[in-house]
Amino acid sequence: MAKAILFLEDGTSFFGESLSTVGESAGEAVFNTAMTGYQEVLTDPSYAGQIVCMTYPLIGNYGVNDEDVESDKVHVKGFVVKEFCRFHSNYRATKSLIEYLDENNIMAIEGIDTRALTRHLRVKGAMKAIISTEDFDPASLKKKLEKVPSMEGADWVKNVTTKEKYVWKAEKGSPLYKVAAVDCGIKLNILRILARLGCEVHVFPASATAEDIEAIKPDGIFISNGPGDPAAAKYIPETVKKLVGKYPIFGICLGHQILGLALGGSTYKLKFGHHGANHPVKDLLDNRIGITSQNHGFCVDMKSLGEDEVEMIDINLNDQTLEGLRHKKYPILSFQHHPEAAPGPRDAQYLFDHFINLMQEHKKT
Amino acid sequence: MPRRDDIKKILLLGSGPIVIGQACEFDYSGTQACKALKEEGYEIVLVNSNPATIMTDPEFADRTYVEPLTPEYVEAIIEKERPDAILPTLGGQTALNLAMKLYENKVLEKYDVIMLGANYDVIKKAEDRECFKEAILKIGLDVPQSAFAHNMDEAKKAIKEIGFPAIIRPSFTLGGTGGGFAHNMEEFEEVVARGIESSMINEVIIEESIVGWKEYELEVMRDHKDNVVIVCSIENLDPMGVHTGDSITVAPAQTLTDREYQDMRDAALAIIREIGVETGGSNIQFAVNPENGRMIVIEMNPRVSRSSALASKATGFPIAKFAAKLAVGYSLDEIQNDITKETPASFEPTIDYCVVKAPRFTFEKFPEAKDILGVQMKSVGETMAIGRTFKEALQKALRGLEIGHIGFDNKLDYKGIPDEKVELRLREPNASRIFYVKYALQKGWGMEKIFELSKIDRWFLYHMQQILELENALVTEIQKTKTLSKESLLKAKEYGFSDRQLSKFLNTDELSVRRLRKEKGIAAIYKLVDTCAAEFEAYTPYFYSTYELEDEAVVQIEKLRRQSGKNKKKIMILGGGPNRIGQGIEFDYCCVHASFAMQELGYETIMVNSNPETVSTDYDISDRLYFEPLTFEDVMNIVDVEKPDGVIVQFGGQTPLNLARSLHEAGVPIVGTTVESIETAEDREKFSNLIKKLGLLQPANGSAISADEAVAIAEKIGYPVLARPSFVLGGRAMKIVYDKETLLSFIEEAKEVSQGHPILIDQFIEDAVEIDVDALSDGNEAFVAGIMEHIENAGIHSGDSACVLPAQSVRPEIVDEIKNVTCKIAKALKVIGLLNIQFAIKNDKIYILEVNPRASRTSPFVSKATGIPLAKTAAKIMVGKKLPEFGLSYEWLQKLKHVSVKESVLPFSKFSGVDIVLGPEMKSTGEVMGISSDFGEAFQKAQISAGSSLPNKGTVFLSVRDEDKRASVFIAKRLENMGFSILSTRGTAKVLKKSGLDVEEVGRIEEAKNKPLNVLNLIKENKIALIINTPSGESSQYDMRSIRAASILHNVPCITTIRGARAAIYGMENASGIHVKPLQDYYQTEGNVSCAV
Repeated sequence: MAKAILFLEDGTSFFGESLSTVGESAGEAVFNTAMTGYQEVLTDPSYAGQIVCMTYPLIGNYGVNDEDVESDKVHVKGFVVKEFCRFHSNYRATKSLIEYLDENNIMAIEGIDTRALTRHLRVKGAMKAIISTEDFDPASLKKKLEKVPSMEGADWVKNVTTKEKYVWKAEKGSPLYKVAAVDCGIKLNILRILARLGCEVHVFPASATAEDIEAIKPDGIFISNGPGDPAAAKYIPETVKKLVGKYPIFGICLGHQILGLALGGSTYKLKFGHHGANHPVKDLLDNRIGITSQNHGFCVDMKSLGEDEVEMIDINLNDQTLEGLRHKKYPILSFQHHPEAAPGPRDAQYLFDHFINLMQEHKKT
Repeated sequence: MPRRDDIKKILLLGSGPIVIGQACEFDYSGTQACKALKEEGYEIVLVNSNPATIMTDPEFADRTYVEPLTPEYVEAIIEKERPDAILPTLGGQTALNLAMKLYENKVLEKYDVIMLGANYDVIKKAEDRECFKEAILKIGLDVPQSAFAHNMDEAKKAIKEIGFPAIIRPSFTLGGTGGGFAHNMEEFEEVVARGIESSMINEVIIEESIVGWKEYELEVMRDHKDNVVIVCSIENLDPMGVHTGDSITVAPAQTLTDREYQDMRDAALAIIREIGVETGGSNIQFAVNPENGRMIVIEMNPRVSRSSALASKATGFPIAKFAAKLAVGYSLDEIQNDITKETPASFEPTIDYCVVKAPRFTFEKFPEAKDILGVQMKSVGETMAIGRTFKEALQKALRGLEIGHIGFDNKLDYKGIPDEKVELRLREPNASRIFYVKYALQKGWGMEKIFELSKIDRWFLYHMQQILELENALVTEIQKTKTLSKESLLKAKEYGFSDRQLSKFLNTDELSVRRLRKEKGIAAIYKLVDTCAAEFEAYTPYFYSTYELEDEAVVQIEKLRRQSGKNKKKIMILGGGPNRIGQGIEFDYCCVHASFAMQELGYETIMVNSNPETVSTDYDISDRLYFEPLTFEDVMNIVDVEKPDGVIVQFGGQTPLNLARSLHEAGVPIVGTTVESIETAEDREKFSNLIKKLGLLQPANGSAISADEAVAIAEKIGYPVLARPSFVLGGRAMKIVYDKETLLSFIEEAKEVSQGHPILIDQFIEDAVEIDVDALSDGNEAFVAGIMEHIENAGIHSGDSACVLPAQSVRPEIVDEIKNVTCKIAKALKVIGLLNIQFAIKNDKIYILEVNPRASRTSPFVSKATGIPLAKTAAKIMVGKKLPEFGLSYEWLQKLKHVSVKESVLPFSKFSGVDIVLGPEMKSTGEVMGISSDFGEAFQKAQISAGSSLPNKGTVFLSVRDEDKRASVFIAKRLENMGFSILSTRGTAKVLKKSGLDVEEVGRIEEAKNKPLNVLNLIKENKIALIINTPSGESSQYDMRSIRAASILHNVPCITTIRGARAAIYGMENASGIHVKPLQDYYQTEGNVSCAV
């Protein structure tokens, strides 16, 4: 344990204590309001490059286990909590959270007024931050932050996408569908769900070309979630553009934004990002409301898409922002929220069935 | 879809008197529902027999019936009012059961009344255990192995399959009444018999024991469009085996991974859909095996419950209000979240703090009952605490309980407690188990051993261990440095240590710690409860304290000041904390009224309370709510931030009153009656002097340090005397003593509680009429709003005694004299606000028993009976209004032609083995009111509401002490005239026979053990309709105990005083049909009663 500082680019400092990992780590400070699911958050590639503050104050209660991971490593740049629980109680736990963070060399800071930090980020917006156990001088920390690239305009996908293409097998029996997934930082639960629904998923690096993807003759294409600014990884929408109209396409989160761009739209930064597991989303097709898991700071601008081609099918009831869209001519569906949950409610998991249906229909033709 | 237009008038059922398992949380939910539905423009008809509720204030409903909650009375109301719909899901189990009966009796069909929220089939499916189990299995979820039984044979067959230990629960009861746990055949038979008896359908379920598993609850809401949200998850610190109402519980769930939590959430959604609760809130309980995660569904309440109240307060999500709106057709997305003002109610609250609820027990009132906890609820109240960590919240909750603990502390030195005792107290769930965890930790037992004994999850034990470790570190630091560093002090505060706890370590007083803390710049700050963990801007004025950086209360106060551009004066109201016997809903009622009154006068109001069941802790009652323990430290911290212009301490009962002196000394501006006056009234000597000075009468009295002295005083005064230790908690351990021998044994017993303080001895005025007076006073003048005559003899605690208003047997001259005396005392004590005086009247002499210059338990009853808003008026007087401004007059009171009877409701059925004799110690948990133009009918209604309806035929068992023998003759004659047959014990029978009455004689229980004519058997066989049994002096006999115990078990009305018997007979003689009338009509026909100002 060492004294540590969390310094924000606007000059605000919070003091706490670090775990075993000492040194410095910078990234974009964001918060997450889910009360459970810290292990999923830590391993979610969408958080690459970010320092995540958990608003629930007691973190580590149930330890960590081998199953509740969303990728093969911890992606966050830093982890900010009120109190780490050094003792865990859960029959599935294999080790404590702090052991896990230490093993992964994650800069983690506790003893922070996380509510004050969250309020600050809510009002001022997500911003760059640095955790340090070595340097407590604001001027010097500020200088260091200036050198850290901003999230906006940064391609974080290239850091988290798979290096090699791989196949995730269908859960049982022979696969019903062959899905090509563009890995922008895919969460494992998406693969688990697709596999459960009978899909064999061919996971491609984000840099894969349309030809690479078409070569496997997929029944459908999935564009995954991932970190960073959708506008910064222009090569992905370019690839997707070439696939539009040819295959059923399903996108989640960053994947949804990429689809928005591929369809000629634009994205904008939300005043307050959505970072929790309690957002109500209305499915405009059947008027059903689901509580969804969300983690995004950007949003597709519906106006930029034009209503002739694309329609809004999911809407966030808190701020009326776009949560899902459907192409009027082509079998294309995408969602800003996370139907795969993990962490969060599974109310929207049925949306995967829509993708399956699209593929089924596409297969017939 | 917006609100339904096909219904115009809605009948709302309340929950009746406060009983164990059903407390003021249903006043909270009912009041919210009234407000929400009125807002929508519906006409509301309300029925509730409990006068101490906010919801029965005439302005909350259009038609307010304070009438018995029975099918007959409610049918009469339906016939008269012809509502379009009935809303039964907000009045607890009482309302639900009542609605079920009205449906079964085809009353709803007859009058074309639809059920809102949940229909008959849904309720049946959720409440009937067999149907419920079937439904759960159908959707692929798990339940414990179980079987049903309707008699002992079936039960015995079932237990062979299931095996011990097993849980037995009756179907259709409230608060788990009559349920129990059996480890062997003997226990099994007892519990099964009781269970079958207390079930409305004579059915019990015998279940595989999952004792020791983790216990969870989810609060679920659904709308008619099938949108479902989980409002809150709760994890119980006490594992399965302890009723959730008796468990320390924590929100949100702590030890579930997201995956497991989502599994539970999915299960809850599936259950509410399968059961088919159409709209509103439900609560679903789960058990999880800590070894392998196996999840079992325990039960579901298809209605708003105690847990919903807790969940509402824990999250800021107003379940009852929304449930009411959903019931009339709204969907969740059409309702706005008041807190964010912009987002809809169709979301799931997320919280960024930890909530701990701790139950408050009252076993000290029932020394014969064991404080062992099981599946039957025994706690009478609860406190909730919010902290940023579990450790902080736990310590706040424990000090908020007001049971002499100031945190996770030691009352005893662990070294002095034998290991065997600690082991037993950990193994057998009980009221003080949490503190035995501490003793065990101090003994160095380690978490594993404590877990094995208690099955309390290691996660909780670990945090308790951390608290202890810090305590040890602090003590060591103090030994070395004689003080605490800033870092240590801050850490201690973050861990929830109170200044008082720290003062013990520092061997100093609380104020010195406070000073030290302030010197070091350590002050409490306040965080907002906002449903969204700060993700959105929130407007709720709902705060809790912690020790961190940012103080949001300060931010909000400054913002308000900027917006309004002016400084409103502020009044802070201190609430009553957890309910307990003697301090319950009545005081919350007064606090809420104080808040309303101050708002009417343009003040900003600040409420401080820690009881989640109450209306006062609803965040939209006051301008700001601080959910905090009511201790000096916690209140002062709020004063530091708010700087109120006045603090009201006289409405929350003894809790805030106990703080008055120290707050006053700390410079807090207490409004109303001064602290000195309060103390004069409470100090025996000062009070005696005052009475003497005013030339008034008081029972002769004295105080004694030694036994000899006591005997001398008692002999001088003359037996019987009322003896009590001078220093006890809450008027406990009083006794009426008839002879020297008993006095000596009492002194011996009292030694333990009085700890060297003197024994007080008062003349006990036997057979006096006791009078309770509630009055308003502005320091110059007083107005006696209500003179209540007790129906029991003096000597029975006024809180347990039935009383009637106006007094029935007091001559007008005496009434005038009572008014005079009241005014004299009010003036002498310079009372500003409310005043309650208890008098005993014998031979036209008026003795003053007690003066309480504060709100009394009867204030709401008097307000309901007379229409005078006592608490509101008093509050206004406290900030400077004068009595004449309110236009109150006695002429106008005399115009009221109705009679109101208050009856108390006792919890004896929950405490097996406790004698039900009433005495100077209060034992009741709640009260009901009967109102009619006729005393007899009012009394009868009160009896029915209290659950013991008086019979109109059958056998009366009449057995009285010698002093009452003469009076019993007249009673027996009247009973005979009404066609009752009479059964008496030898002595009584002899007297009655002498007077020519036809009486059957029955032997004493011992003698008649094997004879057919045995009272106990007759009671068991339901052959006795009414028991009149007055205790003979002090010696409590075996007979009486068992007779009364049996009467409770078999629900036979049991009257223990001659005055009570007279009233009952009067009621029975005058029972003629069912008449109902709303409060609004009582007031209307008898002149407008609303006060000016």
